[in-house]
Amino acid sequence: MKKIAIVDYGLGNLRSVNRGLEKAGATAVITARPEEIEAADGIVLPGVGAFREGMDQLGPIKESVLAAAGRVPLLGICLGMQMLMEESEEHGLHKGLSLIPGRVRRFPKAPGMKIPHMGWNSIVLTRPESSLYEGCATEEYVYFVHSYYADTGPENTLTTTTYICPFASSIVSGMTFGVQFHPEKSGAVGLKILKNFIGMV
Amino acid sequence: MVHTKRIIPCLDLKDGRVVKGTHFVELRDAGDPVELAGRYNAQGADEVVFLDITASKEKRGIIIDLIKRAADELFLPLTVGGGIRSLDDIQQILRAGADKVSINTSAVHDPALITKGAEAFGTQCIVLAMDVKRNYSSNPKGTPVFLPDGKDCWYEVVIYGGSKPTGIDAISWAKEAEERGAGEILLTSMETDGTKKGFDIPITRAISETAGIPVIASGGVGTLEHFFEGFTEGKADACLAASVFHYGEFTIRDVKDYLAARHIPVRL
Repeated sequence: MKKIAIVDYGLGNLRSVNRGLEKAGATAVITARPEEIEAADGIVLPGVGAFREGMDQLGPIKESVLAAAGRVPLLGICLGMQMLMEESEEHGLHKGLSLIPGRVRRFPKAPGMKIPHMGWNSIVLTRPESSLYEGCATEEYVYFVHSYYADTGPENTLTTTTYICPFASSIVSGMTFGVQFHPEKSGAVGLKILKNFIGMV
Repeated sequence: MVHTKRIIPCLDLKDGRVVKGTHFVELRDAGDPVELAGRYNAQGADEVVFLDITASKEKRGIIIDLIKRAADELFLPLTVGGGIRSLDDIQQILRAGADKVSINTSAVHDPALITKGAEAFGTQCIVLAMDVKRNYSSNPKGTPVFLPDGKDCWYEVVIYGGSKPTGIDAISWAKEAEERGAGEILLTSMETDGTKKGFDIPITRAISETAGIPVIASGGVGTLEHFFEGFTEGKADACLAASVFHYGEFTIRDVKDYLAARHIPVRL
């Protein structure tokens, strides 16, 4: 059985991610050990919270994640997705893992629009052929909670969502994927996306 | 494609069991919160709130086990409130699998808990729960809110289930909570809670228009139209209800069908 490493850097609700992956048929291990991350067949980088704190916490195992990223499929979730980017504007400018080009930006203020973007919104597939979305409709509802979004080019965008402005709700570069929403909290659709990820491992 | 309004059932729990009765005869165990939450999930609930009213600290382990089981079986957002007093409490609940914690009385006693919680775990997981009551006495610090009958009052934050007034102006408290890093406000008006006469629209609207963060309206739902009013008149981002769902008066799906027919965006 394929082994997925869920990178534990102290932030985020790892339990549902773990369970979702198990339900999708994988063996997952929650770990902060470089050797386990480097030996895994797939990596999940979860996380909620602030960007800089996330990068700081990731510090000691950053190299292992980067080393694995080139070899095996990687899925970043929420803050984990944002950390795949080059940099973030959250509380000053901070460097990310630079696996996917672009910057993480704060939603602009707009009258009557609340920040964080919290709740169910639709994702529209811009690259329906992507294996991550196999079997999904061109538009599906998933659960979001975030105040910052990834600003990247169409070549790195898998789905778009509109809240205040259109943004990339899932991103890709090679075998590295990121989703801004929480598949582990998005019911059957979310489990299908996790299952598709496992299928690539 | 559109951001949808949320419908949230709230489960009151004591010693790990659902307190209010339910009419779901087909449930194996109507008192089991995970089974009930699963039922709501199947009906299209957008999130679930567990409100723990267990008094004794020794029994807190039960709620932790329950959250773990809910996280294992249900793949939807879970907020847990009740008795959260420290960063440690927040961490335990989040680690068990909850996505958000709601803080009420403790936040009034120790507003820094909001700040510290948001810094440690992120703004998105700190929900400020506030219970409010109308106060007609004059108070230079109270923000006036105009009521439909032409009178005006200010809304006071109350704690310990509404039994203790705090002198704090609700609208100012909402602003402060947002500045301190709360990601959402769960607003319950003691004027309407339990009345089934609809949400307290004036304060719901005032807080929604003041706060830059989402507001969940709570307290008073009795009819489908009340949900509609909560979103349109009250400008709420989400509506929370307990008894109308528990006693099977209508399902979450009924609410969403009603709203969708009236052009409120919901996830069906």
